[in-house]
Amino acid sequence: MSTVLIIFCVLAAITLSTAFLTIFSRNPIHSAIYLVICFFSIAGHYLLLNSQFLAIVHIIVYSGAIMILFLFTIMLMNLNEQDEVHKPRFTRLGAIVSFCLVCLVLIKIFIDSKPIVEYDYTGEDYQSIKVLGKVLLNEYMVPFEFASILLLVAMIGAVLLSKKEKLEK
Amino acid sequence: MNNILTQIGIENYIFLSVTLFCIGIFGVLYRRNAIIVFMSIEIMLNAVNLLFVAFSTYHQDAQGQVFVFFSMAVAAAEVAVGLAILVSIFRNIGSISIDNLKNLKG
Repeated sequence: MSTVLIIFCVLAAITLSTAFLTIFSRNPIHSAIYLVICFFSIAGHYLLLNSQFLAIVHIIVYSGAIMILFLFTIMLMNLNEQDEVHKPRFTRLGAIVSFCLVCLVLIKIFIDSKPIVEYDYTGEDYQSIKVLGKVLLNEYMVPFEFASILLLVAMIGAVLLSKKEKLEK
Repeated sequence: MNNILTQIGIENYIFLSVTLFCIGIFGVLYRRNAIIVFMSIEIMLNAVNLLFVAFSTYHQDAQGQVFVFFSMAVAAAEVAVGLAILVSIFRNIGSISIDNLKNLKG
């Protein structure tokens, strides 16, 4: 067992366990904290695959921006000691059964699929910031600009939606 | 140095992503708190992104990583708008349990 595989197993264990804890912890703040750990371990996976740019962007966007948004929203709503309504057993059972079915189908598909044995290695640099920037700004120029428009629209929309409406008379 | 996936195996990444995606689905189905549902959606998006990066390494191609970049931008926009909607729902109804959002049920 090589060191890379051991690192992968540790990271995968952290990712899966924190994802489970995110869903099962009662306190939303705890879920948010577990989700941060999950995102950091996924960034670790990206680093393991040697895509440094994506790892850094992932940490900045997810662990930075998105989680701060989540935490602020949770604090804004004051959900700390939230008493979650007791849901009927029927709903729980349905969720668990459908989850098991989806798991079964997906895992069965991937077990039965043809195993991948060939790994090509060309040796050329394909994921440094230099190459990614060239690909992004040459081939994907138009989607890149549309992404900026999307972010602008999302920002305006978020401000408009969360603004307090004036009472109309 | 050769391809890192020869030491790990792409199958391991596929299984990790599938399990993470299933956890996300389970969160969406099981929890009633809308914020936790949002977090589960983020987990699902991350599972797909991870698979994209793994296959980008497998094919030694940058296109997959560019796609992950775009999906991160969309996820950021989605979270901003979604949380704004949640805040206004909380202001109007007083809770964010998705069981209370039944106005369209008829």
